[in-house]
Amino acid sequence: MATLTLRDLRKSYGPAHVIKGIDLDVLEREFVVFVGPSGCGKSTLLRMIAGLEDITSGELQIDGRRVNDVGPADRGLAMVFQSYALYPHMTVRQNMGFALRLARVPKAERDRKVNEAARILQLEPYLERRPKDLSGGQRQRVAIGRSIVRDPKVFLFDEPLSNLDAALRGQMRMELLRLHEDLNATMIYVTHDQVEAMTMADKIVVLQAGLVEQVGSPLELYHHPTNLFVAGFIGSPRMNLMPARVVEVTGSGVTVALPSGGQVTVPTSASGVRQGDTITLGVRPEGLHVDSAGQIAGEVKLVERLGGLTLLHVTSGVDLALTVQIEGSDATRAHETVHLSIDTAACHLFDKAGLALPRLVRHPMAA
Amino acid sequence: MRETVFQRVFAFVVGWGVAILLFFPIAWMVLTSFKSEVDAITPRLTFTPTLSSYAEVLSRADYLSFALNSVVVSVGGTVLALLFAIPAAYSMAFHPTQRTRGTLLWMLSTKMLPPVGVLVPIYILARDSALLDTRTVLVIMYALANLPIVVWMLFTFYKEVPKDILEAGRMDGARTVSEVWYLLLPLTLPGVASTGLLSLILCWNEAFWSLNLTTSSAAPLTAFIASFSSPQGLFFAKLSAASTMAVAPILVFGWFSQRQLVRGLTFGAVK
Repeated sequence: MATLTLRDLRKSYGPAHVIKGIDLDVLEREFVVFVGPSGCGKSTLLRMIAGLEDITSGELQIDGRRVNDVGPADRGLAMVFQSYALYPHMTVRQNMGFALRLARVPKAERDRKVNEAARILQLEPYLERRPKDLSGGQRQRVAIGRSIVRDPKVFLFDEPLSNLDAALRGQMRMELLRLHEDLNATMIYVTHDQVEAMTMADKIVVLQAGLVEQVGSPLELYHHPTNLFVAGFIGSPRMNLMPARVVEVTGSGVTVALPSGGQVTVPTSASGVRQGDTITLGVRPEGLHVDSAGQIAGEVKLVERLGGLTLLHVTSGVDLALTVQIEGSDATRAHETVHLSIDTAACHLFDKAGLALPRLVRHPMAA
Repeated sequence: MRETVFQRVFAFVVGWGVAILLFFPIAWMVLTSFKSEVDAITPRLTFTPTLSSYAEVLSRADYLSFALNSVVVSVGGTVLALLFAIPAAYSMAFHPTQRTRGTLLWMLSTKMLPPVGVLVPIYILARDSALLDTRTVLVIMYALANLPIVVWMLFTFYKEVPKDILEAGRMDGARTVSEVWYLLLPLTLPGVASTGLLSLILCWNEAFWSLNLTTSSAAPLTAFIASFSSPQGLFFAKLSAASTMAVAPILVFGWFSQRQLVRGLTFGAVK
């Protein structure tokens, strides 16, 4: 297993800058997820690590050795592609053994490794089939098997589950996690699916427009987003954002006035904001509660009942849209008027530049 | 969509019409080859079949040596063209640069020049290299003449191979040569085969360069045919017999490989 170091990594296609200087350390046995909206450069970054794309500038190190100019064949990494990219003219056994065959590993050892990988992935009955005779989930497992067999320094995954249906995706997620544990492997995983990111990652790297927005554990990003982009991107349903005005700044927090009237004191440091500043208040859907004494009044426009959860889509004032998440099956109906209270411990404040004011108390789970 | 009776009849008539039209010269040639020279200059369909033309042709020229030359130069030219075209098409299909498109078009443009336009320089080059009337010169000429079409066809077949598969190969440790050998060639084998077949047929039937660059020792079957055309006397039956013998091998070959050929000739049209 290996460590990976990215230093000011950049990629341009002519005048178009795609990756604009990325610094990152991937530790041994870490499961790192690159997440971001389409076109943020996450796949390009992964392909640069793989060696399939040139690095325009900056440095990429594997185990402390610079590998910018080392070809993909010699980096010792394995990649699982979104399209699986199995070799259609080879059987499952040949697909999984191809890398070993290229490395001139003796046949007996090759077979042993392929059989072992097939056992781990429950592919034993299919070893003599060709990819076209397999289902999507099986093909996916073959693609993973192909990388396991090689015992690579780092596993790279490029949106590997996005071609599977929802049920299979959930199952494969668990299998990948189990694999990560069993193999003690360093893995880098690209996805646009934040459920995958949240559930699998040791460390999430949020990318936007070729830059890192934030790096941290899933709960760190959830409870302590450093900026508006991460706050909005991580978490589903999205964080509610509303404009507010700073009323008072004290050592125990920042007091802001809500657009609907009323005030809340949010326990954040004041860094740079002054009384009278306009600021953005962020509160996650589970931080709003239906409460007859609440400060925010609004009309329920739509109710989404998920069984275990109920989502209320509330409009307050002229155009402030809020989402409220309630545990269980709530009885509130559309077009009712509700009052909402805010759980101040769950609030975030963002200054004009979109940067979060650091919260005074760290969430216990967000080490 | 269901065909109407009219559409079926129409397709039948047009299909057979075109087929008969295309096949007619060959049929007529075969027919004429079994006539006597006197019958051959009349369009009569009733005649007494005779093998005299074949006997005459075989007694006047060594068919097998011409045929052997044809086989050697066709296979040689095709293999040489493929040896250059496979890496060329690989590089253009999978590592294109801004000039790739232009290079492809330029290669094709060389086919727009009538060969006779470069006859004199090529002839002098061949003469000064002491290659006149050798199989080598024909192999080289055929490889060069077919290179554009061979590269184009391979390029089109390669383009159909998903890039991911080759990238997966690279991640698995394949360098360029193993990538081409273990992945690209097996995946495009039908395409490479039909390209080779087409090139073989083009080489076999090529007459211009073989007539101008060879005289006897390296002359292929096209020269064999031409040697039976004469400015005086009756020669239609003998010419037809020679032609029939010259095209027979490639016709048989084409018959057995027609499925590959159809795929090759309609390349790009159907995925």
